[in-house]
Amino acid sequence: MAGNVWVLAEQWRGQLSDITYEVLALGKEVATALGVDLQAVLLGHEIKDLARSLGEANSVLYLDHTALATPVPETFAHALTFAIRARRPHVVLIPLTNVNWELGALLAAELEVGYVNACKDVRSEGGKLETRSLLYGGKMEAIVNPGQSPAILGILPGVRPTDQGRADAMPPVEELTVDLLETSSIRWKRYLEVEAGDIDISKQEVLVSVGRGIQSRDNVALAEDLAGALGGAVCGSRPVIDQGWLPLSRQVGKSGVVVKPKLYVAAGISGAPEHVEGMKNSDLIVAVNSDPQAPIFNVAHYGINADVMDVLPTLTEAVHSRKEVKKHAA
Amino acid sequence: MKIIVLLKMVPDVVEELELAADGKALDTEFLRMIANEFDNHALEEALLLKEKYSGTVTVVALDAPEVDDALFTALAKGADQALKITDGDGTLGTRAGAYRLAQTLSSVPGLLPADLILTGAQAIDDLDGLTAPLVSHLLGLPQLAIVTKISVDTTAGVATVLREFPGGVRGEYEVKLPAVLGIQAAEKPPRYVPVAKVRAAMKSQAIQSVPAATAADGGVGLLPVEEMSKPEVTEHAQMLKGSPEEIANQLCEILAARGLL
Amino acid sequence: MLPDPATLPYLGMPGYFHLWLLTFVSFFVFGSRVLRHVRVLAQARPENRWDHIGKRIGLVVTNVLGQRRLLDEPMIGVAHLVIFWSFVAYATTFFWNLLRGLIPALAISYPDDVGWVAFCVQALGVLGVIALAVAAVRRYLFTPVSLERSWDAAIILLLIAIVLLSALAGAGFRALAATGEESWRPLGGYLAVIFASLGVTRWQAPTLYLWTWWVHMITVLGFLAYLPYSKHLHLLASPFSVFFASLEPGKMPSASEGASQLEEFTWRQLFSGLACAECGRCDRACPSFVCGEPLSPKQFIHRVKELVLASSGSPAAGNGKKFLGDVVRPEDVWACTTCAACMERCPVFNEHIPLVIEMRRKLVAEGDVQPRLQEAFTNLGRYGNSFGQSERKRAVWTQSLDFKPKDARREAVQWLWYLGEYACYHPALQGITRSLARTLRSAGVDYGILYEAERNSGNDVRRVGEEGLFELLRQKNTATLQQARFNNLFTTDPHVYNTFKNEYPDLNHGRHPVSHYTELLAILLECRQLKVARKLPYRVTYHDPCYLGRYNGVYDPPRAVLKALGMELREMPRSRRQSFCCGGGGGRVWMEETGEAHSRPSESRVREAASLDGVQYLVVACPKDYVMFTDALKTTGLESKLMVKDIAELAEEAVTA
Repeated sequence: MAGNVWVLAEQWRGQLSDITYEVLALGKEVATALGVDLQAVLLGHEIKDLARSLGEANSVLYLDHTALATPVPETFAHALTFAIRARRPHVVLIPLTNVNWELGALLAAELEVGYVNACKDVRSEGGKLETRSLLYGGKMEAIVNPGQSPAILGILPGVRPTDQGRADAMPPVEELTVDLLETSSIRWKRYLEVEAGDIDISKQEVLVSVGRGIQSRDNVALAEDLAGALGGAVCGSRPVIDQGWLPLSRQVGKSGVVVKPKLYVAAGISGAPEHVEGMKNSDLIVAVNSDPQAPIFNVAHYGINADVMDVLPTLTEAVHSRKEVKKHAA
Repeated sequence: MKIIVLLKMVPDVVEELELAADGKALDTEFLRMIANEFDNHALEEALLLKEKYSGTVTVVALDAPEVDDALFTALAKGADQALKITDGDGTLGTRAGAYRLAQTLSSVPGLLPADLILTGAQAIDDLDGLTAPLVSHLLGLPQLAIVTKISVDTTAGVATVLREFPGGVRGEYEVKLPAVLGIQAAEKPPRYVPVAKVRAAMKSQAIQSVPAATAADGGVGLLPVEEMSKPEVTEHAQMLKGSPEEIANQLCEILAARGLL
Repeated sequence: MLPDPATLPYLGMPGYFHLWLLTFVSFFVFGSRVLRHVRVLAQARPENRWDHIGKRIGLVVTNVLGQRRLLDEPMIGVAHLVIFWSFVAYATTFFWNLLRGLIPALAISYPDDVGWVAFCVQALGVLGVIALAVAAVRRYLFTPVSLERSWDAAIILLLIAIVLLSALAGAGFRALAATGEESWRPLGGYLAVIFASLGVTRWQAPTLYLWTWWVHMITVLGFLAYLPYSKHLHLLASPFSVFFASLEPGKMPSASEGASQLEEFTWRQLFSGLACAECGRCDRACPSFVCGEPLSPKQFIHRVKELVLASSGSPAAGNGKKFLGDVVRPEDVWACTTCAACMERCPVFNEHIPLVIEMRRKLVAEGDVQPRLQEAFTNLGRYGNSFGQSERKRAVWTQSLDFKPKDARREAVQWLWYLGEYACYHPALQGITRSLARTLRSAGVDYGILYEAERNSGNDVRRVGEEGLFELLRQKNTATLQQARFNNLFTTDPHVYNTFKNEYPDLNHGRHPVSHYTELLAILLECRQLKVARKLPYRVTYHDPCYLGRYNGVYDPPRAVLKALGMELREMPRSRRQSFCCGGGGGRVWMEETGEAHSRPSESRVREAASLDGVQYLVVACPKDYVMFTDALKTTGLESKLMVKDIAELAEEAVTA
């Protein structure tokens, strides 16, 4: 019998990440198509309780070890390699976020099997797997047949809706005892938290987000004006944070914060996959960009093909005058 | 301190990417190759470490179009040595590339041991692997990816490394050297090197060409790409048109309808 | 008979003895100080400024003797002219006096004894004193921006006043002493009457005369010793600085790796510091300074002076600070738009921009380049444009034309149109580019473009200090131009115009004259090849682009076009060679604003245009101007009052029936 489909349940600091459910939803589809079980694999220390939230899987395999209490990628790779050798799954789906970024590649190297990076979809027809990877900054897709078993696949965020991977069922939980040596060459020290005191952009209902297209630090004020008018806050994409125009706590995307506001205005943001990852689930996305081909327009609900510096002040003014009218009417 | 930087050429996505006739790869005719952005950060971090702790920086790259430019630029920026692994034709995947790199590093005398091997945390053409973890595995060295800061205790032979996690949180590790680190961002943006310096480097310095070691790839071949295509745009934003004022008013209507105003 | 001040004994020795002593000390101090300056300049890089001697003498005549540039500010200009000439007169009589005083045996009279000389000198003395009063009142009561109320300035004004007044008083006392004698005492006679009425007797006059003579001589000798370290060194240095002026002020300094310390500058660049009179004209003309950017051209030159003085042993300066970095901040160096307004105004022909360029070169060589600029450089090297767009998109603007412009690489054309990257890529400008394309076609002009082979000309790259990148672009462009078949070249962009015209030797040699599109339009309109279908009834004002006007003297063709199209032109207060930069030149479009400024040059400019009565359009002839001013209208809220129009748009409007 063919091996199962495995989903690595991503847990970070004792919490399951949203992407876990997204990948579980995908795993369920693949497992169904292959006619096998979906198994969630949970790695960590004293995290058994999390298994309860993995109802979408037919069963949960968990590896508990003190060495897995801290996020040392190689230790996780050793543990997972051990589990794969022990149980021989057919497909292993690894959520591709900053938590487990290098895990798939390490795993494939240890197991001497193939690895497919940056999958935005995985399908199976007639027992054959077909993955679709996003390449060249999202400008191309490659369809690949991973061939070997187990197929190690790195899955991009957003592959399925989060809710699709949540289920109330209480799956059977099995513990796999693993003998792990803490690697002596990498020693975990601590987390450095985001500077406190700033607002939490993940809790804002309206966000005006600025990207490279804003061109200079001064123009951030234009976004602040609009955010002020709309009663929200300003955030930005990586280039803006790297320039030091906004603090790290305002970064949206892969290495920043994932946000889901009611309104997300993407001003001068081209829409690189790393950014989109952090904002695509916003209720309403309005994108302003002078490049009509900017990928952000594929994510946004409404698009404005114009210069950010023109649009922001005009929009701010329009919002203000509308509020005035409303006040008078009231 | 001895630092090796692995540098890879990737297609420049500013150019419109076209597909080859067989639909399985990029059409190379209009392709412009540039150094992978993250590898540039790795080089910058290496140069910063060299300035801080003194030592040497060796840049190693697989052959590819425009790779000489990239290597001379690296020399002009302050790298001490540039090595080009010939017979790689740029179509190697990340995985096979990592094998070639690892083998060459081991076989060319004087390269290893190095204290640090730095490369980009990712590249836009990474389809079948990531360079840093693969090379680290092959060389039996510890690794960390998405690194944004390195400081070294040269006497103890350890580095304190910051790795990115979600939400702007960073993790601090102590790594025993030698190690392989995948750089996400150097501490400072990569430096600018004036054209005159690059030209001077072309005249006064040389790129050392070394043939690739046997093309072993650990039994894992190139991932067969069955089809390549431009992503279908399933959804596209509804574009608002008109003068800035008209657009602003349309948008206000939309926001008002959703109770956002 | 008047006593001879040189032969009378003082403290037991004859006057000439004291005079010899004082002269020796004064000349020694003066000479050794000047020599030190010269030695410092000798350490600097060489630069030949001995060519075209005739032209150089001409410059000295108009700008030293005639003080032409000082007259840009008429009131103080005239005052300075008077002070200058009275000083010249007094310098002459001083040496005459000195010669006579040192060698009493010489059978010549004192200058005051020669009637017409005395008259001229005294007349100039009176005018000089009035001019000094004007200068003092201006400096201390109505202080213009960037003029300092320094002790140095006060001392100098006082010293000159003492020189002039002592001589005048001396003449009065001489006249008083000589009452009754038959000799012409033009102004002295009036003064004698005044002195007499003040109670000075005829018998006291000779002694007082002696005193004034000595006060006069000692003051001048002291002045001489003080001069080399004061701001009035310009008195001595400016004739040389004018003589050794750059005859091509827009020219880039010769290839160098930049400069950050004394030996890396050329002697003429350093000499600017010595010639500076600290008049502040450069500051008052500088767009960056006026808007509160960190740059002050005057301070800049002053720092160079301090650098020279520190090396020549002045106690006033030098303290181990890095010149570029600590004394001159990189922000100051980057803030320059290279508009050349400072150099155009400088009465002593100082060379601010070459200094800026040298220091920028150094910063670039050291990789000290801010991220946006770095991105522009990378894009220019990679794609040939700073927008970071594919060169294959360079001719994207032609797509919505209903014809396809000729490709000058494939077929021969009369005119090669080199657009410049703004006209090609900037979304706000592509419409204007099409206007010009259609207008020229309707006039039957045989023109072609280079499509994706066109690259940035490198004008601004060069001015940012990336000389190597400029070289690279020039090589590639020259190769492209050599493959194209054309007779004449015209461009939309004044920046392209400047560098092609002056810095592409292989393009020129007279074979391929370079024109600006406004020059081409002017010719077409003049010979009626372009026919105006309807006169445009607009009242407009015109902004002279720096690189068209100040750099290349093209002031009239754009105005001729506006006139031919039927428009009424109102000039802004700052026009033609005094035009005020939009703030986008010299690579500033690729740089961050420093955040120190209180406004932008473009905003100041559109306010100036909007203040003109009934002017509806601010007409431009430079793509960058269009972008800068359109933005400025938005940020100043003047959009309803004024619009920015390119000459090309207006031309199409007027020729289309």
